[in-house]
Amino acid sequence: MLWTRQARRTDLVIRGARVVDPVEGVDDALDVRIDDGLITAVGHSVEANGHRVVEAEGLVLAPAFVDPHVHLRTPGREDEETIASGTAAAAAGGYCAILAMPNTDPVVDSASILRALAETATEEAHIPVGFLATISKGSEGRQLTEMGELADCGAAGFSDDGRPVSEAGLLRRALQYGGITGRPLALHCEEPTLSRDGQMHEGAVSAELGFSGYPSVAESVMVERDLAIAAYEQLPLHVLHVSARESVGALGRAQSAGLRVSGEATPHHLCLTDEAVRTLDPNLKMNPPLRAATDRAALIDGLRDGTIAAVATDHAPHARHEKEVPFEAAPFGVTGLETAFSALYTHLVEPGLVTLQTLLERMSAGPARIFGLERPRIEVGATANVTLLDPAASWRVTEGGFRSRSTNSWLLGRTLKGKVRLTVADGRVAFEA
Amino acid sequence: MAEIRVMRDELRPPDPPARRHLISIADLTRDDVERLLATARSFGRSLEREVKKLPTLRGRTVVNVFYESSTRTSSSFELAAKRLSADTMSIKAAGSSVDKGESLKDTALTLAAYDPDVIVLRHPHIGAPQLVARVTEAHVVNAGDGKHQHPTQALLDLYTIQEEFGRVEGLHVAIVGDVLHSRVARSNIQALVLLGARVTLVAPPPLLPRGIEALGCTTSTEIATIAAADVVYVLRMQQERMQEGASYVPSLREYTARWGVTPERLRPGQKVMHPGPMNRGVEIDPAVADAPDSLIETQVRAGLVVRMAVLYDLLTQGPVAAPALAIHEVA
Repeated sequence: MLWTRQARRTDLVIRGARVVDPVEGVDDALDVRIDDGLITAVGHSVEANGHRVVEAEGLVLAPAFVDPHVHLRTPGREDEETIASGTAAAAAGGYCAILAMPNTDPVVDSASILRALAETATEEAHIPVGFLATISKGSEGRQLTEMGELADCGAAGFSDDGRPVSEAGLLRRALQYGGITGRPLALHCEEPTLSRDGQMHEGAVSAELGFSGYPSVAESVMVERDLAIAAYEQLPLHVLHVSARESVGALGRAQSAGLRVSGEATPHHLCLTDEAVRTLDPNLKMNPPLRAATDRAALIDGLRDGTIAAVATDHAPHARHEKEVPFEAAPFGVTGLETAFSALYTHLVEPGLVTLQTLLERMSAGPARIFGLERPRIEVGATANVTLLDPAASWRVTEGGFRSRSTNSWLLGRTLKGKVRLTVADGRVAFEA
Repeated sequence: MAEIRVMRDELRPPDPPARRHLISIADLTRDDVERLLATARSFGRSLEREVKKLPTLRGRTVVNVFYESSTRTSSSFELAAKRLSADTMSIKAAGSSVDKGESLKDTALTLAAYDPDVIVLRHPHIGAPQLVARVTEAHVVNAGDGKHQHPTQALLDLYTIQEEFGRVEGLHVAIVGDVLHSRVARSNIQALVLLGARVTLVAPPPLLPRGIEALGCTTSTEIATIAAADVVYVLRMQQERMQEGASYVPSLREYTARWGVTPERLRPGQKVMHPGPMNRGVEIDPAVADAPDSLIETQVRAGLVVRMAVLYDLLTQGPVAAPALAIHEVA
């Protein structure tokens, strides 16, 4: 289900880092030894075995991150991102696994396209990458894809991301039929007749700036509908990029009722509100849009209590010339792989809104659980999927610093706290600063 | 609920430009507005002289770039620049490289090669003036960007009200009509509130933007509300911005019947304004438009002196970019 290129498995000792594995309840200054890509020792004064030693006092060693929502733009827009550049960016962001959305050109709606992507990934992916396939043929919301065959070929899940599944009847069939695959259905919840022409969240800021509003109810009414269908069928689903307070409430109620439904939130929705759009920076334009302070607060609450079980970047690269236009003419989407941890550490952990442990869990074990991926963990016998983080480091986000082919980051020019120093993915060193 | 720290400082653009622009009324202080209005008044007096041309901006270049049709705004900017002896150049999107698919950025860079001091821009997209300000060294004057702002219209409206009443502070202005799609409404609400007027918006509910009260105005859906105002400001019913099937109002006929400004709905002596172009018989009854209490022609005349004041102010006040000054001292 995940593919990556072959590379040498690493031998390495990381000495003296604060090892934090929120799921195992580990939070202690420890040494970790990796032999041939496997974690072979975790403890005090671990023998180096002649391996290279990374002195890591003052740094945090955590299970590497998993991003369930990335746009790799391949096939079709390789000028914006490729599997090679996107996975390199992910490695620099501390990720050991990412899942790519299928809204490419052509969309991933057939086994042959999926196989071609998997083959490319085995040649050029710097870290393991998985691919979702579309729910409907052409992502047009009319006819189901051959979900069985796609799952057999390793589709990580199914999504028409970028568009909602407008027809309730088709969504029901997708849930029912998709159930045979055991792979999750990941839904972009948007009622298009309520969001039509919407450029930003509907509220006092859109009223002042004159933008057509994309109201929060355009999302939550669809979340409620999809959850009602999931409840009727007693089947699981995953809600992509939750942005509205009402959506978090609906998810929480469904989870309390025992439904296996999950949600994810992006770094930008967790860090910013619609006030930021006043700058008219096209890198603050995304779908769903940045919402009000109460929505942001609900997302943070949801992240803390687990209603929102995953952080997902919705990394959406766009060519420079497509974003160098007036806000109103710009496409939706911002990049996020290389800044996710630092942005969230700066805006949520440092101010005390979310603990480091919670953030690390929601960036790694949470998304892995939703998509049935092996959970990155720091224990003897596990494949090394770890990231070494420097919480004290300050750095300025610049265009030149990105490994992604695109630079449409909302963080350009800003200074962030917390930096990824090293990423080991699938037992291989994928990034080192 | 999580406690959220407000991070507004961090949300500002990293490097605010030192050059001065006129993009939104929201960027102005009350002092700025009063200075502009005073300058406009002095230009008004100068225009009463026989020779109307002033040498003030000789050697300066003002480029007008209009991506949307306009009569009033483009002609008054051009005349304003000429009255101040600036060199002017007007570019309309139709018939230019824009027709060949040139991006706004490239058009702006092309014009920037002529070192214009001011670029006056009208564009259908919100955020266009900011883009031009980012990629050129010119002072940018927003002559209307999408549904966002039309700041010189608001300034000329303030000027008109002040000429008529001798003040703006304490007056009650009712703005009637399609507020949702109106950049004029947004600029005027901000400008009137800034100068201490009371503003009531009167419109069918779907044409009142949700959250607009945050600008310091009140809203009503009853046309009878306008009787309490000193000034009734009528907005154009912008059919061209009503997408098919959007159904903001069931029909123009019903709109006119319920919200049209007619003589019967006005008190004697109430002043009426309209930014033009008017749809006579739709949002405004012809008898109202042509009545002695209509200030509509005064507004057009005010447009010239206010735009002269804006050009003068941008090029003579505050931290004008040093390189631009140097070029023109040599010239």
